Formats: sequence, C-alpha cells, structure tokens
Amino acid sequence: MGSRLKLFIPLLLFAILALFLFRGLGLDPAEMPSALIDQPLPEFSLPELGGASNLSRADVIGQVGLLNVWATWCVACRVEHPYLLELAGQGVPIFGLNYKDDDRGASEWLVELGNPYELNIVDREGTLGLDLGVYGAPETYLLDAQGVIRFRHVGIVDQNVWATILQPLYQSLQAEMPVQ
Amino acid sequence: MIALRQLLFAVLFLHAGFSLALIETYEFSSPELEARYQMLSEELRCPKCQNQTIEDSNAPIAQDLRKLLHQQLEQGASDEEVLEYMVARYGEFVRYRPRFGGTTMLLWMAPVLLLLAGVGVLMLTLRRPSGVSHKKPTELSAEEQARLDALLAQDETGKNS
Repeated sequence: MGSRLKLFIPLLLFAILALFLFRGLGLDPAEMPSALIDQPLPEFSLPELGGASNLSRADVIGQVGLLNVWATWCVACRVEHPYLLELAGQGVPIFGLNYKDDDRGASEWLVELGNPYELNIVDREGTLGLDLGVYGAPETYLLDAQGVIRFRHVGIVDQNVWATILQPLYQSLQAEMPVQ
Repeated sequence: MIALRQLLFAVLFLHAGFSLALIETYEFSSPELEARYQMLSEELRCPKCQNQTIEDSNAPIAQDLRKLLHQQLEQGASDEEVLEYMVARYGEFVRYRPRFGGTTMLLWMAPVLLLLAGVGVLMLTLRRPSGVSHKKPTELSAEEQARLDALLAQDETGKNS
C-alpha cells in the first residue's frame, strides 16, 4: 500500500511547482525595491524649472511628500498627470523631478495640462536620477519629513496605487511627524 | 524587379546605419582600462531591460551607465569601487554575480541544495529494488512441485525418443 502512495509523489511535486508558478503570474518583475529605501534623499544642486536659483535637498524636505520623476517624452507620465493634479488638490505635496527633458517643453506641458508640483527640479543629465537609482519614468518616491526615502513606486500612480499602497504609508508617516 | 532589389538594399543599409548610430564609442587611455570596461559592462545588468547587460542594451539607462562606467574607470576607480557605486544605487540586482549573503544566500546555495536533493532521491530509489531482490525465493507448493517434475520427465522422454 505504501508503494502505491509513493506513486503520487510526482503529482505532489507538480502541485507545489504549479503553486509557485501561479504565484509568479501575479508578480511584476519590474517592481524592484529601491536600493535607497530608508536612506536619506541624496544631496543635489540643480536648477529649478522656470526659476533663477538652484535647488538643493533642503528645498524638498521638511514635510511628508512625494517626489515624482517625470518627463515630456514619457507617455505614461501623461496618463498619470491628471491623478497627480487630483492628489495635489487634496493637499499632498508633490515635488517634480524633470528627468532628462527639455526645459521649454516641460514648462509648456505644465501650462497646458496643469501643474501639480510644488516645484520642479531640472535634472537634464540625469545625475540626481542616477543617485536615486531611477531607471525610467514615471517613478514616485515617498519622502518622510526628515527627507528619508521610505518607498518607491515604479510606474503610474493612479487611484488604485494611491489607495492601496501609498496613502496608508503617507498617513502613517504623517502620524509620526512631531506636532509643532 | 530591379526596383525591388534597390528597395531591399535601401532597407538593409538604412537599418545598419541606425544600429550603428546607437553604439557610442569611448576612448580609453590604456588598453587595460578598455579590457576592464568590457568585463564590467558585461557583468552589470540593465535595470530597465532585465535580461540584458548594459553592454547589450540600448535603453537610455544602459547608455547612461556605460558613460558613467567609462568616466569612473578613467578617473581611476577600482572594479570594486565601481560595483559598489552601482549597487548602492540600483541594488544587488544590477550585478549578474551578486554578492553572497542576505537575500542572495538562497540564490547561491540553490544549485548545491538541488544537487544534494537529487543525490538523496537517487540513493532512495537505488536502494529499494536491491531490498526486493534479497528476499528469499518462495517455496513451491507440493502440487506445483509435482507438476514441475511431470513436465521435466516429459521433456526427458521427448529428447530420448
């Protein structure tokens, strides 16, 4: 009888394999955790879009906020844009990192489609992008009040991503903030 | 017919022109640096197109990383420093041969573990039939013995005649 049961071992192995493969179907290989999680936002000194002076790390930290990597050449950014406007309307601070883009095109884009950003860092050469480990656009970083990167989302931020991933983190980070 | 052939040539050569335009060339101050550049650009993985090295890929990020690699090598960075720099920004993922330890432990150990499991299964399956063959052959019953004798006797008589 025992040897009969052993005949089911391959079936069992297959079932385990199938379980892993099924799990794999739901995973997105592009969703990689950033190497900079729980690391401070790197220092930088880059021009502001439409501004005269340079921006530095101090200009984007001090509150819980989003750092959104975008560019006019990025098609998905255009899809994401209306939702960023909505978030900004709800009072979420969003900082833009205009990544390897052309200034004039970027300014026109903001005039034409609306501006959800508190300010925009111009990263023409992608140097800050490199320090952040950006590998495409759009990417969105969640910063805490001390300027530490707490989460990175690769791809479009929409209602679903915000409600299920970003908003809970955002709210818990805000709760951490000392009352002034 | 000639027009078609010309068109084919045009397509072939235009295509070649485009692909050449995508490969940038770097000047190296020494052949040793160039060799290290080759080695490192084949070891570093493109974060965007995940199954290509930065050497193979034409994604903008791969171009940037090649440019950075060239700069760093020319500035005298060691292989270890370059890899350290890349890993700090893009994670262990960026190396095709990630460092041993932590999350990559299972990855490195997997071949050994699978080999051991295979040997284990092999030993189990090899031992089982040998256990069976060592069993004592069962005795013939009296009836079977009589039948066997009869058959043998029949065979003997058949041969003699």
